[in-house]
Amino acid sequence: MSISKNFPILKTKINGHDLVYLDNASTCQKPQVMIEALSEFYTKHNANIHRSSNPLADIATKKYEDSRLAVAQFLNCQKNEIIFTRNTTESINLVAKTFAKTFLQAGDVVLLSLAEHHSNIVPWLQLKQEIGIELAYLPLDKNGYLDIVQAKIMLTDKVKFVSIQAASNVLGSIHDYREILKLAKVKNITTLLDAAQIVAHESLNVQELACDFLVFSAHKMFGPTGVGVLYGRKDLLQMMPAFLGGGEMINQVLTDTFTPNELPYKFEAGTPNIADVVAFKSSLDFIKNLTWEYIQKTEQELTDYLWQEMLKLDFVDIYGKNIANKHLPIISFNLKNAHAHDVAELLGEQAIIVRAGQHCTQILHESLGVPATVRASLTFYNTKKEIDLLIKNLRLIYNKFKV
Amino acid sequence: MDIYAQNIIDHYHAPHNCGRLSEPKLSSSQVNISCGDQIVVDMKIEDDKIKDLKFEADGCAISIAAMSLLSDYLLNKNKAEVLALKYQDILNILGVPVAERRYKCVLLGLLAVQNIILKAENNPERTWDDLL
Repeated sequence: MSISKNFPILKTKINGHDLVYLDNASTCQKPQVMIEALSEFYTKHNANIHRSSNPLADIATKKYEDSRLAVAQFLNCQKNEIIFTRNTTESINLVAKTFAKTFLQAGDVVLLSLAEHHSNIVPWLQLKQEIGIELAYLPLDKNGYLDIVQAKIMLTDKVKFVSIQAASNVLGSIHDYREILKLAKVKNITTLLDAAQIVAHESLNVQELACDFLVFSAHKMFGPTGVGVLYGRKDLLQMMPAFLGGGEMINQVLTDTFTPNELPYKFEAGTPNIADVVAFKSSLDFIKNLTWEYIQKTEQELTDYLWQEMLKLDFVDIYGKNIANKHLPIISFNLKNAHAHDVAELLGEQAIIVRAGQHCTQILHESLGVPATVRASLTFYNTKKEIDLLIKNLRLIYNKFKV
Repeated sequence: MDIYAQNIIDHYHAPHNCGRLSEPKLSSSQVNISCGDQIVVDMKIEDDKIKDLKFEADGCAISIAAMSLLSDYLLNKNKAEVLALKYQDILNILGVPVAERRYKCVLLGLLAVQNIILKAENNPERTWDDLL
């Protein structure tokens, strides 16, 4: 059975054409098991969690905590090191606004990279405004990978925090992030890994990674929107002040003070996104059953074919390079005679869904010297036939715009 | 009807009134951050009327064609007429069915033009929402 059968939306037609979904780096589609788990929760188990002593709340709480356990097993960490947030963005903000704001001071340097998503730049710019930290940006090498040689030079004694992506959402490059984290750890620098783009493509084991924090979103790994994950080393999470204040995150509230709850609840103020967190477990199970071996083999074939066919088009400018085994099934490009938005619009008319713009990476686009790019991002349910359709339509668009 | 009608593509490849004006002139630039489009418009206004207009832009076919068509339309119009123009008027000038999500592409040129007039009279400048 074709794997795409598990994803009901892929049967959708737009303008009479079969949906060709090539925007998986934005958000990927959902397997039937996750959609059913979400529906089942609201149909049978809905109750607020961690509060009332009643059998319905007991089941809801158990299911919510089962998801936390599943995430902990997925990353190989302790259950109370997993905090549920809304998304990757909120997870990074949590670290910047609690840990970094408390333990960094004016003049300390936070090392980012030129390829970071705005989510991993703006919270640090806000902190710069608030407490006067400085930011440094690791450049990319000529192939679009984080420059390891530069990393060694830039990790000076002034650097107190490193926050980098594992893979580029634009270029598709899977960086040697393990090495950069190690280099930082040797110098006793606190590290955060933005795993948003990598998490659906390779296994992550925080015990083997020299990272103190790791963040990602459920919706980029076949889970629901509205669920983000923050992994934090337990001793650091304990040192950090609470983030948002309200229900669940407190232990005791007095008229003039409060004491925070224990981990991980200390960072989960208010009623969380219970149903989506519960449903997320079925996405993790889905990936587990599929196996990383299958996912990586399929995606490597797609990546190689996508790049091979795109490189044949002499009217296309491609950004970055595909270095085998170190690349996501992503390609960003421009047609020589048409603007990215016009290309995406015309592909969309044929039900080929891509993204055009700066993909939340204005700084990267400035270094590429282009105002916008078209991005096709694939995953294991895409096919070579779909890549052929993309290529065929790019030729048609090129001809339409030919002078 | 095709949003990329030949007329639109022709204006994209060879926009009317392209370039910069000599001094004295009124100018305004606009950017559409979400897609990276940018435009600079120069105008000369005499006796309350637009006597000359040129623009330089880097953008998609819709934003360039909209400004090109608008630039022809604006010559000899008075300031009040220009300030009364809205989103639907530009859609009518374009004459193709542009999806609402691309309203900034449609409005980029008009926003620059109206803000030239408003700025010259020391009035507050408009934003996208004001033109919808």
